[in-house]
Amino acid sequence: MTGGIIEPIVGRYAHVEIEGEINRIYFEENGSGIPLVCLHTAGSDARQWRHLLVDEEFTRTYRIIAFDMPWHGKSNPPDSQYGSEYRLTTASYTATIRAFCSALGLDRPVLMGCSIGGRIVLNLAIEHARDFRALIGLEAADFQQPWYDTAWLNRPDVHGGEVCAALVSGLIAPDGPEAARNETLWGYKQGGPGIFKGDLYFYRVDGDLRGRTSGIDVNQCPLYLLTGEYDFSCTPEDTLRTAAGIPGARATVMDRLGHFPMSENPDQFRRYIAPVLQDILDKQRL
Amino acid sequence: MASERSGNSSDAPIRCSADAVIAAFESIPALLARDATLTARGRWLDVDCLLGVSTQPFHVSIRAGQIVDMTRAPVLMRSWRFAYRATPAALAAYWQPRPPAGWHDLLALTKRGEATLEGEIHPFMTHLQYFKDLLALPRRNGFGGVS
Repeated sequence: MTGGIIEPIVGRYAHVEIEGEINRIYFEENGSGIPLVCLHTAGSDARQWRHLLVDEEFTRTYRIIAFDMPWHGKSNPPDSQYGSEYRLTTASYTATIRAFCSALGLDRPVLMGCSIGGRIVLNLAIEHARDFRALIGLEAADFQQPWYDTAWLNRPDVHGGEVCAALVSGLIAPDGPEAARNETLWGYKQGGPGIFKGDLYFYRVDGDLRGRTSGIDVNQCPLYLLTGEYDFSCTPEDTLRTAAGIPGARATVMDRLGHFPMSENPDQFRRYIAPVLQDILDKQRL
Repeated sequence: MASERSGNSSDAPIRCSADAVIAAFESIPALLARDATLTARGRWLDVDCLLGVSTQPFHVSIRAGQIVDMTRAPVLMRSWRFAYRATPAALAAYWQPRPPAGWHDLLALTKRGEATLEGEIHPFMTHLQYFKDLLALPRRNGFGGVS
């Protein structure tokens, strides 16, 4: 009998006070060095980062941490909120990230978020740049044009998991690994009822940052924006337009990737994120 | 802002005649009949809809996930619940082995104004992945050089 492979990722729970209530937050981590906190997309969870979390090169210099937002993955809703309609706001999202980083005692972490995580990275660059060593927004823009009615995401006569996954399936680049595509969509099939829709309240309604990003000072905190060419939700043009209004922001369009670069095609994503992580390291050594 | 964009992706649609696109669309019932997995995924679906090229759509009758009738429109006084119609250029691009970015998904096409989704779309939304895969069958079966 031979032993199985055990990944080096460790998962634990942190009790984090967010907006006056204790939340039991599940997080996974691996590596040592500069803390790198990763934010998942709307309606999914931190499993999207599992490939980055086991990267032998990155984990030599970064302590990579990915957490499930409250209501997502293994982080349950806060006790008082069961039965209420979930709605993520700019304020609650910002408070959650800051509370989590504080609870873990992280010293000026690097923060990388995708989709809604990319949008909130921009808000943190506006309001809390000094708290972070660098900010990385994947599939991030100050605003993007809606392309479907979110009312379809949570109604009793439509299977929520199926419709959420089918909608976002088109945001994945067409020729990535089939298993990675399926795994990315599985996260959407497993989301709680109304959670994807509730996240998109932040994305569509509350988190419009147009007119606010010009105040971002990348000298306080470097800002990197990377968007997949096949993302027709947050398009490369949306990201490039946003970056054009932020002096010093670095924007990259990633070939053969869509809206979920870290999970839909980890090897292809690695080609783009490796130089960013190296650049951040180099800046620390100056 | 410093920006970089590598590669040679193009938004230009594929050059293809409307007749070739319509002919490819007409192959869908036979392709579906050979795809037991996709048919099974639609086993709860019964709908009469209007699908295809904007210049030549088809009345499509689906029962238990199978296409039981497909007839060129117009047919006098035949009704449909929803319609998904795309330009010939859009379907030609959609069916490429590696479609150009922005031409690779049914709803990417509606967002860019190359396709329209109309009518009572409940059956389309309850079976969204089914319809995406159904209308992609020519891609998987030879249109654009893949067999």
